[in-house]
Amino acid sequence: MPESTSTRRITIDPITRLEGHGKIDIFLDDEGQVERAWFQVPELRGFEKFAQGRPAEDMPQITSRICGVCPTAHHMAATRALDNLYKVTPPPAGRKIRELVYSTFMTEDHALHFYFLGGPDFVVGPTAPPAERNVLGVIAKVGIDVGKKVISMRRRLRELTSLAAGKAGHPVFGLPGGVAKRLTAADQVRFQTVAADAVEFAQFTLEVFENVVLKNSDYVNLILADFFTHRTHYMGLVDDHNQVNFYDGSLRVVSPEGAETVKFAPEKYLDYIAEHVEPWSYMKFCYLKSPGWKGFTDGVESGVYSVAPMARLNVADRMATPLAQQAYEKYIATLGKPVHHTLANHWARVIELLYAAERMKELADDPEIIDPNVRTIPTAVPTEGVGVVEAPRGTLIHHYQTDERGLITKANLIVATQNNAARIAMSVEKAAKGVLSGKQVTEGLLNMVEMAFRAYDPCLGCATHSLPGSMPLEVRVRNRNGETLSILRRS
Amino acid sequence: MKPKVAFYWCASCGGCEEAVVDLAESILDVVAAVDIVLWPVALDFKKADVEAMEDGSIAAAFINGAIRTTEQEEWAHLLRRKAQTVIAFGACAQMGGIPGLANFSNRAGVFQTVYQESPSTVNAEGVLPETTHRDNGHTVTLPGFFDTVQALHQVIDVDYYIPGCPPTPQLLADAVTALLAGKLPEKGTVLAPDQALCLDCPRKDTKPERLAISEFKRPHQILIDQDKCLLTQGLLCLGPATRSGCGARCIEGNMCCTGCFGPTSRVRDYGGKVLSAIASAADSNDEDQILSILAGIPDPAGTFYRYSLPVSELQRKRL
Amino acid sequence: MSEAVFEPRIVAFFCNWCTYLAADLAGTSRMKYPPNARVIRVMCSGRLDPQFMLKAFADGADGVLIGGCHPGDCHYQEGNYKCLRRFHLLKWVVKEMGIEDDRFRLEWISASEGDRLRTVMIDMVEKVRAIGPLHWNAPVEEVAVS
Repeated sequence: MPESTSTRRITIDPITRLEGHGKIDIFLDDEGQVERAWFQVPELRGFEKFAQGRPAEDMPQITSRICGVCPTAHHMAATRALDNLYKVTPPPAGRKIRELVYSTFMTEDHALHFYFLGGPDFVVGPTAPPAERNVLGVIAKVGIDVGKKVISMRRRLRELTSLAAGKAGHPVFGLPGGVAKRLTAADQVRFQTVAADAVEFAQFTLEVFENVVLKNSDYVNLILADFFTHRTHYMGLVDDHNQVNFYDGSLRVVSPEGAETVKFAPEKYLDYIAEHVEPWSYMKFCYLKSPGWKGFTDGVESGVYSVAPMARLNVADRMATPLAQQAYEKYIATLGKPVHHTLANHWARVIELLYAAERMKELADDPEIIDPNVRTIPTAVPTEGVGVVEAPRGTLIHHYQTDERGLITKANLIVATQNNAARIAMSVEKAAKGVLSGKQVTEGLLNMVEMAFRAYDPCLGCATHSLPGSMPLEVRVRNRNGETLSILRRS
Repeated sequence: MKPKVAFYWCASCGGCEEAVVDLAESILDVVAAVDIVLWPVALDFKKADVEAMEDGSIAAAFINGAIRTTEQEEWAHLLRRKAQTVIAFGACAQMGGIPGLANFSNRAGVFQTVYQESPSTVNAEGVLPETTHRDNGHTVTLPGFFDTVQALHQVIDVDYYIPGCPPTPQLLADAVTALLAGKLPEKGTVLAPDQALCLDCPRKDTKPERLAISEFKRPHQILIDQDKCLLTQGLLCLGPATRSGCGARCIEGNMCCTGCFGPTSRVRDYGGKVLSAIASAADSNDEDQILSILAGIPDPAGTFYRYSLPVSELQRKRL
Repeated sequence: MSEAVFEPRIVAFFCNWCTYLAADLAGTSRMKYPPNARVIRVMCSGRLDPQFMLKAFADGADGVLIGGCHPGDCHYQEGNYKCLRRFHLLKWVVKEMGIEDDRFRLEWISASEGDRLRTVMIDMVEKVRAIGPLHWNAPVEEVAVS
């Protein structure tokens, strides 16, 4: 079918203030109504392929390069997969150090998203000039002192991750059965000090959110707007008391009405989750095997589901720490449960920020954290292992099969944002229709369309670790120096 | 007028962007001194904004990430036109990085793994992404995916390199300072110390003059002593052949150097050099015993070329 | 017109004190063997940096041969043992890269073993001829996704 001559096309390229590459193509008819909007992810690298042949113990450091914003998430999922692979359990201090570092990382990453990535849309304004709509604009708005506080908090959290795990950018400490390095009493004091400040900082961030967003009726209307709302299933890790836990637990799914549909051990993920392919994106789309893939639609009969902060707060019955629980109760009282308003992810994220900080403090205060015994040496012959954590951006599953020497024969990765991929595509299209149809298209309105994905805090490098592949159209002949000698194209 | 600076990411993980943010308080000084005109992770400038700029109007473009797709190659060429100085930022831009490990395979191989063998992918119709897709009168496109990953200098002319996975904020700060002062060294220089990590390692006093390894160990097999040279413990630390400048962060984390800073200026093929250092340390003159000792290295090619396969002499596996 | 026969290009690294002298001896004794090797003389097989062999393959060699002193006879005591260790690890790596076993060899050939040199050269050339050209640096067809 020839391209419609009355169709106008607007491309947002690249999308910004997220991790990864993406573009949005919007098609309007001659009445200015949005016919269709596509959210495409044009990148991928192939981790599941080049993991093959690698020693399994290298996977925490190799897979962390799936994402440099959430490397600790991959590092931790991989490390937990190694525990499962070698049938080994870390000693208590080993487990606690891992969860302490993980809580530190969650605090830092959620804060990064609020102040650097998604937050500017609210603090500076969704249609503010692009040159201001960023962390620098946030600092200009909230003042240099607050700005320095944010920068300093992030730096201190990352210094702690470096202290315990070698580097904050691509940590090194994960091993099957424990962690590479113990913490000393002096290290513990540093963690305790920063954790206490982190809890305060999280509360401060919640106040910023309340003052800047919740007290602004325009923003509240935006959050509640139908074109930023989808009714899907939700999934997340919960502990034995159905509280949000980022490090360990069972995967719980609730329906759009909020009822638990299933709760399963992460190793069983293949029974419940599958991936769907579309020809217009390199990112695959996760869905629930029951009810199955019904297309990009809402509702209980559709297999589309969502993960990450708003989903986790829908899935949980309560928060595990007191201040976060208070904040949670207020959130539910305001929005009801389950919450379907995608932009509420920003609020849920700040509540999780508070939980992460409180959890960090709990673990830092634990006397066992400085126990020198942090490793159990594995003895089993490895075959297969699954590790799951809640990354900042959603459920993250690492699944490895190895030979008897522990070299990877097969790796399967379901990466956070993939769980949200279908809903993100739906959100972008619905927002485009709601925001642009029949209106004069401005740069600011296009940014509002981008806000539809930004709420999910997507990590598209994560989501496209792998390549589906296709048929050749263009052939380039290159010599070994990389110089293109000729290009042939099939018409 | 403040000089214009651009940051862009190719086949990247975003860790180099985080390294910029890790400038922490110093980022305010940077922002005061330069005008950041492109930085997709944090700022809303789009491709069209860059295309509209005059050629050569950007003082420096810091490009991280390897070249994996046609879109990334296009962006590399675009920024080369618009920038006076191009700096390959991080291991992927410098050497191909971790994504370069895909050069042990090719597009078809990756396809098969993800599409046919992935246990969670349901795709009975064999649907594949297309570079051009038509639906109801609309046409959308995706970039092409090359068989071979390349480093930045293999597609455009590169002026300087900042190594690391990720680079340290200090190296970046030093580079920006030198750039603004007009004091960058000879073109092609890697902006980091030009000596091996062993010389700066906190454990160097425990490294013997003559390394003799009778058995290689994998890190999960032993309790790792926090003070002794990791090589003397039989672990595969690549410090002897890896450029310094990272602060030995991994060693401080009680794990081995994996070579992310690449080689010093006196080495062309990092993997070849580091395997030479490691092999030389095998403590035997008996061939059978040598073979037995070396067999303790489970994945030689993947270990020695972890970050540098695309820029090695052989560049990729012949399939 | 007969078909062109593939003549393997072998790069040979010979140590000064043993294998290089063996080559001289073969020459002065007028031993016939195929002329496919480009010989590079090094003072000791222990001088050989794996980068040399990798570059040889990358730049077009179909085969790489290393010739050194027998174990125990190294002019510098231990150089050939270092070579032995590096050779084996390098061999595994180049195999992983797709370079067949017969293309990369290490032989101990002493100064008096002109005849052994001849035998090794004949054998290697034939084995590499049978595998075919390597042409590592040939232009590569890069297919982009459609």
